[in-house]
Amino acid sequence: MPALTSDLALQDGPVTGRPVLEMRGIAKRYGRVAALTDVDFAVAAGEVVALVGDNGAGKSTLVKAIAGTHRIDAGQILIDGAPVSIGSPSDASALGIETVYQDLALCDNLDVVANLYLGRELRRGATTLLDHETMERRAADVIAELSAHLPVLTSPVSALSGGQRQAIAVSRAALWGSRVVLLDEPTAALGVAQTAMVYRLVRGLRDRGLAVVVISHNMADVFEVADRIVVLRLGRNAGEFDPRTSHPNDVVAAITGSTAAAAGEDLA
Amino acid sequence: MSTQTATAQVAAPVWRRLPLPRDTGSLTVVVGLVLVWVVFQTLNANFLSARNLSNLVLQIAVLGTLAIGMVIVLVLGEIDLSVGAIAGVSAAVMALAVSDHGWNAAAGIALALVVGAAIGLAHGAIITAFGIPSFIVTLAGLLVWQGVQLALVGDGGEIPIRDPFIRGIASTYVPVATGWVIVCAALVAMALVRLAVRRRRTRLGLAVPPLASELVTALVTVVLVVGVVAVLDSYFGIPWVLVFLVTLMTVCTLVMRETRLGRHLYAIGGNAEAARRSGIRVRGATVAVFVIVSAIAAAAGIIEASRQFSASNALGGGTLQLNAIAAAVIGGTSLFGGRGRVYHALLGALVVGSVQNGLDLLGQPAAIKNVATGVILIIAVIVDALGRRRRLARGSTD
Repeated sequence: MPALTSDLALQDGPVTGRPVLEMRGIAKRYGRVAALTDVDFAVAAGEVVALVGDNGAGKSTLVKAIAGTHRIDAGQILIDGAPVSIGSPSDASALGIETVYQDLALCDNLDVVANLYLGRELRRGATTLLDHETMERRAADVIAELSAHLPVLTSPVSALSGGQRQAIAVSRAALWGSRVVLLDEPTAALGVAQTAMVYRLVRGLRDRGLAVVVISHNMADVFEVADRIVVLRLGRNAGEFDPRTSHPNDVVAAITGSTAAAAGEDLA
Repeated sequence: MSTQTATAQVAAPVWRRLPLPRDTGSLTVVVGLVLVWVVFQTLNANFLSARNLSNLVLQIAVLGTLAIGMVIVLVLGEIDLSVGAIAGVSAAVMALAVSDHGWNAAAGIALALVVGAAIGLAHGAIITAFGIPSFIVTLAGLLVWQGVQLALVGDGGEIPIRDPFIRGIASTYVPVATGWVIVCAALVAMALVRLAVRRRRTRLGLAVPPLASELVTALVTVVLVVGVVAVLDSYFGIPWVLVFLVTLMTVCTLVMRETRLGRHLYAIGGNAEAARRSGIRVRGATVAVFVIVSAIAAAAGIIEASRQFSASNALGGGTLQLNAIAAAVIGGTSLFGGRGRVYHALLGALVVGSVQNGLDLLGQPAAIKNVATGVILIIAVIVDALGRRRRLARGSTD
């Protein structure tokens, strides 16, 4: 459904502002395999977009293109309407794009504060010494804002539960992401209560005015947190849905490529 | 969530409920050290004499120096099997420069340190450029540098050192009054730093430990330090090598705890992939570590040459290399990377040194000393492995 471009979606969907991140005609090949073909994607400030699709649909490739771990072969990426080139993770960080990886990328041996500032430690003025106190203060503030409910910030991450670790990774994205936060399967390894906490954190990110992209397999996730659902199938756009007006079966049908009615029969 | 944690603890298997300290290290090691001292003092009343304790300090200077470097490498999740050989080569280079080529002591020492750092640079470059495990690169380094050491020292078997300054490094003592000035200055500096941190944390609204507990810590520190200095003063005073060792430990602790480099080393040792993704330059940090550990090894070589009054072809050989790794691990540094403190090196060196010194006093042969060190090492590694299993289990049950 390539006709359904982001511009159209912006008019139809529950989008609150103009797109912070916009991707047009994105293509990516791995050797002879076309991972993405002419994909359009957009997300606005204060919006949560769920990116769904089967294995191999191109979700991860698209997110890696945004996060800077893979370069795209063709197409345009716009940030706040201006074309940009994202060639490395540090390019992405510089543009205010943060990624919460599925494995969370935390250092278990370090404490919460150290993990929030990993690779971006604050220094005391012009010295080379770490500014522990300011880092701890700001970490405590961002965690309180997100109501992430973490125990002592100076305890090693290894002592925390799966949900708390997810909260640290999300808080890190909130601390550094000024525009876009990408979350890769944020609830994959979590129980019911912890999944609810992640939903709350995601809404917290949105309420801070960030553009949030959630990759997920889980329809419950998608319908719980997303303002808009973008479906990829075989590396192409395969539909967009408003979770308030559409049925999960329609989304599943778009994912699998069957007709909505047939999918409804099969999966109900 | 708290109820889940509680049930997990109730269901924990016996070994997880053992009263092992959370920080796999310090407390167990200190208890072990006290135990060792009590046993040897019971067996030989001279063990805790001022003279023997002063000797013990001199005996562990080289081991402690090497172990400090080893802690840093182990935190990164790597290992260095060549520090003994680097100590040997550096000492030989210094001895040649000073004794055969008429360099002055300072230039000779500087040359030895530069040679050490250059060897570390080579090791680090090979490890990072080709992605070869440090175990293999430094094992090759051990063979290469031992060969170079033999070639440099030549057929005589040793290069005598006549320079009085170098000879004096390991055999002179701080004058008593100067010693007290240094110690008091250090204690006051520590107290001022603690106070400054406390004030800063209070200003930013962060939790501070109760004043009483800070005062108790300060009091214990003062009593311990004053006690050690008083004992050493009742013999010849504080050995200069102890001043060096404590200074090196302080500088390395600062680097590891208070700089980005140190923070990044812990991060890489904990999760190299996460560190890389967060923009930390893993290769650069790895090279830096091997330069640092090799320069520290060169310093150890200089001290050992000073103790022997010569650079022999056996300097840095034998069990020294392996004892340095053992000391770091016994002190509480993890072999799995990411966990360890610089002071662990000194604690471990004290344990290894005390056991060897005590067995010497009892007239035991080298065979017994090696067995004893090995047994202590295996106990330390088991404690480390149990701590790791507990951490993994805790992570997975949640």
